[in-house]
Order: sequence, then structure tokens, then C-alpha cells
Amino acid sequence: MIEARNISKWFEGQRILYDVSANFETGKTNLIIGQSGSGKTVFMKCLIGLLTPEEGDILYDGRNFRDLDTSQRRELRTEIGMLFQGSALFDNETVLGNVMFPLKMFSPMSHAEQLERAHFCIKRVGLSNADDKYPSEISGGMQKRVAIARAIALNPRYLFCDEPNSGLDPKTSILIDDLLSDITHEYNITTIINTHDMNSVLGIGENIIFINQGHCDWVGDDKNIFRSKSQSLNDFVFASKLFREVKLFLEREYEAEEKSESGKH
Amino acid sequence: MFYSSVASLGRYCVFMTQVFRIPDKWREFFKSLLKEISKLGVDSIPLVIIISLFIGAVICIQMVLNIVSPLIPSYSTGLATREILILEFSSTMMCLILAGKVGSNISSEIGTMRVTEQIDAMEIMGINSANFIVLPKIIGFVLFIPILGIFSMFFGLVGGGIIAQFTSMISMEDYVYGIQSFFNEWYIWYSLIKCVVFAYIITSVAAYYGYYVKGGALEVGKASTNAVVSSSILILLADVVLTKLLLQ
Repeated sequence: MIEARNISKWFEGQRILYDVSANFETGKTNLIIGQSGSGKTVFMKCLIGLLTPEEGDILYDGRNFRDLDTSQRRELRTEIGMLFQGSALFDNETVLGNVMFPLKMFSPMSHAEQLERAHFCIKRVGLSNADDKYPSEISGGMQKRVAIARAIALNPRYLFCDEPNSGLDPKTSILIDDLLSDITHEYNITTIINTHDMNSVLGIGENIIFINQGHCDWVGDDKNIFRSKSQSLNDFVFASKLFREVKLFLEREYEAEEKSESGKH
Repeated sequence: MFYSSVASLGRYCVFMTQVFRIPDKWREFFKSLLKEISKLGVDSIPLVIIISLFIGAVICIQMVLNIVSPLIPSYSTGLATREILILEFSSTMMCLILAGKVGSNISSEIGTMRVTEQIDAMEIMGINSANFIVLPKIIGFVLFIPILGIFSMFFGLVGGGIIAQFTSMISMEDYVYGIQSFFNEWYIWYSLIKCVVFAYIITSVAAYYGYYVKGGALEVGKASTNAVVSSSILILLADVVLTKLLLQ
């Protein structure tokens, strides 16, 4: 589990995060959602350690990131997998080379074992016959899959995903979401996904943290997001006409359910 | 301006302390080192040969045309051509040219890695990205630059020889006698020492500009330009200092 306690962050005198606290649970897909400019990427970068918050603590299964020295931080980072918005694949490496990279750097495995593990990860994300291709030769969706394969190569305990669906078509987005959800449950990883894709929120949001103007405004899951009374959350989630209609429909369903249940009692 | 220059110098020094660390994996380091020697060094050989041939030829022609006096011996054309090539062209001028080719290559490559989050990806994996990416480039180019320097000297002299062979401006005998006369071996070492220092400047300055790029493609382009301009100025500055130190 990752705990964020009272995280505050300033940039050039401007406060971006205000005492944000959240728990990210193990074996669940934890989503950070919010509008563009709300501070969710800054929050995520603070969680990973790419940015240092001025106030607050981040605990990785009880290990306070602030108290770790350089070598301990490096060791912790070998337990972290990260999927970047633009995939961040190494241009000069093939698909296989990208997935092999963390194994070559950190794994005590023999070369044959590393190859076997890399092939397993590539197969796990549903890619085949792409080993020798370079990132520029494959589609955006395939690049995301390679990035996921690379992120899980070292069996990470924590998986961070920064807008994994950006630039993808809806069908591929759902595939990536499902893949992330499956991997999270299969390997019992603490997965944190930074997104503003409502399909992801409603599809795989087991623990959702809503960041609004630097504040943590709401915490819940994909079930109770429809019942939220938070105005800022509703403005964000149900911005589209379709989702507003879905909300109205579900509210009527819930009311009917409640009435029928109270009738039974 | 002054404060930003001091801040940049400080950041460059901090960057170098990150670069000059023991590599995490020696095997990967040597693989990268060979790649960089090939990419930055071996791939520069054709450029060095072409430029040296032509500049050697031009220097030879200029010497013939400008040293016109019955008091100056005819072999002095070869001698002057050799001294100019060894003392300045094959080290300073060649490195200024390579600052454009190698410097912009390094800066744009690292800058692109920065803006596409490849460097962040390495950092998150727990890799010292500055050490992993930059150290093989610096070591590789510094190791290979003496070879480029020697190629430049040789082909510069060949360029002068072509003029002697195919024109009637100077006889081949006089040219060959000239390039052998009053030879001072230390000048070769002086030139190679300068090459090594300039190679370090080119690679480290270009890497610094690339590594700290913020923004997108436009900023990567600006960083490349700044890297070439800064390393060129630093090469000229270092040339003055080294000449004073090594030749006085």
C-alpha cells in the first residue's frame, strides 16, 4: 500500500497541492482523476519521487520515501514499474530490447532466463511477432503494451500509469484498461492510474481519488461515484450529455431499488 | 546574466558529479561505449578526411601564393602547411567543425530522450541516467579523438601533396622536404592534448544542454544551437589557455 500524507507542493511561489492525503491499496486499480491543471500529474510525480513535495510524507508499505537514502531509493525504484503517457520507449532499442532493459540492469538472471522472462511479458500483454520491431515501427496501442511489458518485467510491487489511454481509440483504450486491471489482480500490485478518461473511471476504478484545484475533493469507487453529492466531482465526471443521462438513469434505478427494498422490509 | 551564468556553471558541475560515477553494469557500459565510439568517432572519419584534404590543399595554395620572396626557401610552403595543420587546424578547427556535428547530435539525442520521458523512465527504474547515457559518450569520444586528429593531420598533408603533384605551383620534392623540415614532435602531442580537451568540452557541454531541456521539439532545437555555440566559444577559450600553457 502507498500512503500519501498531507502532500503540499509549490512551484515558483504558486501552491499546486494543498495537504493532499490518500491511500492507494494493494491489489486494486487506484485512479487519480481530475481536470487538466488540477495537480494530478504533480501529485503522481510526487508519489514516484520525480518531484519532492515541500510538505508531507509518502509511505511505500511503511517506508517513508523522505527518510530513504540514495541507495535505498534506488532499491525501492526497482520495485516500481511506470507506464508513461507517451510510452517513453527507448528509440534505439527494439521491442525485445526495451523489455529486456530493466532485466539487464537489475536482474541476477542469466541471459537465457532474461530472454524467457521478456518473451513471457511480451506474450502476457498480447503482442507477438513484434520482438525485432523498433518503437517507431509499431502503433500507439502496441507501444503502450510494450511499455506495460517493460513495466512488469521485474515483477514490480507498485505500478504507476500516467494517462495510459491518451491518444488511443476507445476500443484499444478498453483493452489497455482491462490489461492493467488483470495484471493488478494477477500479481497483487498496487496500481495507480492517472486519468481523465471516464471509461477507465467507470470500468476499472476500484479506488478513485478526485483532485480538484490541488485539493483531494472526493474518494470512492466506480459504484458510488454516481451517488456522489460533490458538485465539483459531478461537474467533472458528468460533463458530457451522455454521462449526465447515464447518471439520471442510474439514479432512477437506485431509487427504484431502494423503494423495493424498503417495501420488502 | 551573471547570476544565470554562475547558476549554469554550478548545475554543470553537479551534472558532472552525476556523470562521473562508477557504472551500474560494466557490461552495459562497454556495450554503450563501443556504440558511441562507432557513432561519434568512426562515423566522423569521412567528414574529417574530406575537410582535411580540402583545407590542406587550400593552405598549400595560400602559402605558395603568399610566400613569394627570393629570400624564403621554396620548401617553406610545405613547412608552413604542416605547422598550420598540426598546430591549429587538426585540433582547433577540426574540433570546431565536430562541435557542430557531434555536439548537435548528442544534444538533440539527449534532449529528445528528456522530452519524451525516456530519461524519467530510467530514473524511475533506479538508473543513474546521467551516468548511463552521458559517460559512454564522453569517454568514447575522448578516446577516439586522437585518431581523428591524426587522420586530419595526415589527410591535410595529403591535400597539400595533391596540389604539389597535380599543379605546377610547387614541386613535390620541395613540398615533401618542407613537411619533413624542422619537425618538432612535441607539436603532435600538443595538438592531441588539445583534441582530448576539446572532445571533453564538446561532449559534456552538449550533454548538459540536452539533459536539462524543458518543453518540446522547439526547445530541443534551441538546446542544440546553444550547445554548439557554447562549446565553440569554450573551445576557443581553451585553445588560448592551452597554447599559453603548452607552448610557452
